[in-house]
Amino acid sequence: MAGKTLYEKIWDAHVVREEPDGTALLYIDRHLVHEVTSPQAFEGLRLAGRTPWRTGAMLAVPDHNVPTTGRASGIADPVSREQVETLDRNCTEFKVVEFRMNDIRQGIVHVIGPEEGFTLPGTTIVCGDSHTSTHGAFGALAFGIGTSEVEHVMATQTLIQKKSRTLQIRVDGKVGPGVTAKDIVLAIIGKIGTAGGTGYAIEFAGEAIRELSVEGRMTVCNMAIEAGARAGMVAVDEKTIEYFRDRPFAPKGELFEQAATAWRELVSDPDAVFDKVVTLDAREIVPQVTWGTSPEMVAPVTASVPDPAAEADTVKAGGMQKALAYMGIEAGQKIEDIRIDKVFIGSCTNSRIEDLRDAAAVIRGRKVAPNVKLAMVVPGSGLVKKQAEDEGLDRVFTEAGFEWREPGCSMCLAMNADRLEPGERCASTSNRNFEGRQGQGGRTHLVSPAMAAAAALAGHFVDVRHF
Amino acid sequence: MQAFTQHTGIVAPLDRPNVDTDAIIPKQYLKSIKRSGFGPNAFDDWRYLTPGEPGMDHSQRTKNPDFVLNQPPFDRATILLARENFGCGSSREHAVWALTDFGFRVVIAPSFADIFFNNSFKTGLLPIVLDEKIVDELFRAVQAKPGLELTVDLEAQVVRLPDGRELGFEVDAFRRHCLLNGLDDIGLTLQHADDIRAYEARRRVQAPWLFANA
Repeated sequence: MAGKTLYEKIWDAHVVREEPDGTALLYIDRHLVHEVTSPQAFEGLRLAGRTPWRTGAMLAVPDHNVPTTGRASGIADPVSREQVETLDRNCTEFKVVEFRMNDIRQGIVHVIGPEEGFTLPGTTIVCGDSHTSTHGAFGALAFGIGTSEVEHVMATQTLIQKKSRTLQIRVDGKVGPGVTAKDIVLAIIGKIGTAGGTGYAIEFAGEAIRELSVEGRMTVCNMAIEAGARAGMVAVDEKTIEYFRDRPFAPKGELFEQAATAWRELVSDPDAVFDKVVTLDAREIVPQVTWGTSPEMVAPVTASVPDPAAEADTVKAGGMQKALAYMGIEAGQKIEDIRIDKVFIGSCTNSRIEDLRDAAAVIRGRKVAPNVKLAMVVPGSGLVKKQAEDEGLDRVFTEAGFEWREPGCSMCLAMNADRLEPGERCASTSNRNFEGRQGQGGRTHLVSPAMAAAAALAGHFVDVRHF
Repeated sequence: MQAFTQHTGIVAPLDRPNVDTDAIIPKQYLKSIKRSGFGPNAFDDWRYLTPGEPGMDHSQRTKNPDFVLNQPPFDRATILLARENFGCGSSREHAVWALTDFGFRVVIAPSFADIFFNNSFKTGLLPIVLDEKIVDELFRAVQAKPGLELTVDLEAQVVRLPDGRELGFEVDAFRRHCLLNGLDDIGLTLQHADDIRAYEARRRVQAPWLFANA
C-alpha cells in the first residue's frame, strides 16, 4: 500500500464519521473569527437556542473594518462601527476570547493565529475567510468557509466535507537574489491559472519552498486560494517546530516536546501518490507583477503586457481585453513603464516582520517619488508593529515619505477608509487584483514587498534586482 | 433553508470568465450584520453607473444600460448562465445571498470556485456544472432567443430545454438530499453529537496539547 500524503494524514486524523458516499464529518481544532463573516452565524445560534460547542477552540479579532489611523477616537463609519461592536458583544455573550481593536495583540486574523501559537501543526483550522489557507504553512489543514459553515463549526465543532484531490507543486532549485515567496506563488498561479487548483489541496514542496522561512511559506500558502485551492500546505520541518516555542497558546515544556515528536511525522511519505504533480524551476522565476484583473494575469517585471490577439482561447481573450480596458494599459507596453499613484505594503499576504524588513532594506535612505500620492505600510498586527518600531523600521519608512499605520486588512479590500479612488493605480503587496477590490475603479498590481518599495521610489515598476 | 425540487425560469447570460465574489457583492455591503437585503447590490459596480454605499436608496441610482441584468427580460431572470471559475475569490457567503436575493435559484457554469460552490448549497442556490461545449451552446441559444426558459429538475438531475431536450448533471447524494428537503445541516450533525464527543475523548489522549490552552 502506498504511503500517505500530508493532507491524507491530517484528514484521516480528523474524521469523526464517514457516510458511504465519502461525505465525512471532520473535526475542527481551531476556529478563527472576525467581524465580517460571523454576525449572521452568532445570530443563527441565538435564534436556534444553541451555544458554541467548544469556545476554547475559538479566537476572535476585528480586522477587516478597523481604521488604521486615529483609533483613539474610535471608528468613524457608523456601519463599520456597528459590525465591530457586534463582534465585541457576541464574544462577550458567548464567552469567546477576543483581541479587541486597541489590544496590542490585535491584527489580521491570519497573522495573529500563528503569532499567538493558536495555529499549530497537524490541526484543522477554519475561518470565514478564504485566506485561511495561510495557516497551512505550518503543516496544518486550513481553509476558508462561508458564514453557514462558520455557524456549523460554532455549533458542532465539525464540518461536513468531502476529501479533496491532492496536488503537489514542487519548486526545484533555489531562487536568485531579489526573488521572494510572493514571486514564487505568483509564478505558480501564472503557470496553473486561478482555477488550476480547484478541487485540490495543494502541498508546496521542493528545495525553494524548504529554503523559505515559515513567514515566506505563509505567503505562498496564503495565495493557494488564488490558484483555486481552498487549502495549501507545507510539510513540517525544524523551522516549523522552532517557530512555536514560547508562543502564548502553544504547548510548553514536556508537552511541547511530546507535540514536536508528533509534528515531525507531518510530512508526505516518500512513496505517497499525489493525484497531480506540477513542477517549476526556481532559477527561472524573476520578480512578478500582475497586469490584469485576475491573479493569473501576471508577468515577469522584465516582460511586456501580453496581447489578447495572441490568445487562442476566445473566452480567455475576451477576459484579457476587458482587463486591459479596466486597467487602462495596452498590450505590448513594457511592465517597467507602468507608472503608479499609490503603494500599499500590508495584508495577510505580506505584512509580517520579514516583509517589512525586505521593504525597508530597499527604502533605507531614499525618498518616495513625487508622482506617488500615497505610500503606506500597514503592519499585520500590533506585535509586528511594535517589533518593527523596536528595529527602527518605522523611521526608515516615514523618513522616505511612507505613512506608518495601525494593523488591519486596510487597503487589501478597502472596507475601512483606506482605498483607491477611481482610476488610481496601486503597487500592492496584497493578494487580489480584482476590479474594484481596493476601491471602485481602482487598479491594482500585485507585487512583493521589495518590488512595491522599489516602485514607490521610482514612481513606476522597476526590477528590484537592479535597483 | 429553502428546499429546491424543480424550477423553471428565464436564463441570463453573463459572458465572462472568473467572475469573482468581489464583483458579485462589493465589500462595502459586507458591513451588514443581516443575511438579507443584498439583492439591490448584486453586481453593484457593473449594474450602476454611480458609486454605491450601504444605506442609499439604490432605486434612485443610474443604472448601466449595457449590463445584462438591467435589460428586459433578463432583469427577471432566475437562472444565471456563466463561464468558468464562477465565484472565485473571497469566501463571503454574501455573494450567494446577493444572488438569491436578486431572485436567482440556479447558476449554470462549466466550473465553480470551491468555496462559492459549497456556500450555494447552504442557501438553496443550485450550482450546476455542465460541459464547456454545452454551456457554449446555451449561450448561443439565449442569444438567439432572449427570454429562453429552462426547467431544472433536481430530483431527476436534468436541465430541460423548451424543445424537450434534457441535459444531465450530477450533484453529490448528500447535498442533493439536503437541498431537496430543505434540511438544516446543523440539526443533522447534532444527531451525531455522541460520535463527536467520543472523537474528542480519543483526541485528548492522542494530542493533549490541543486541549492545553484552548
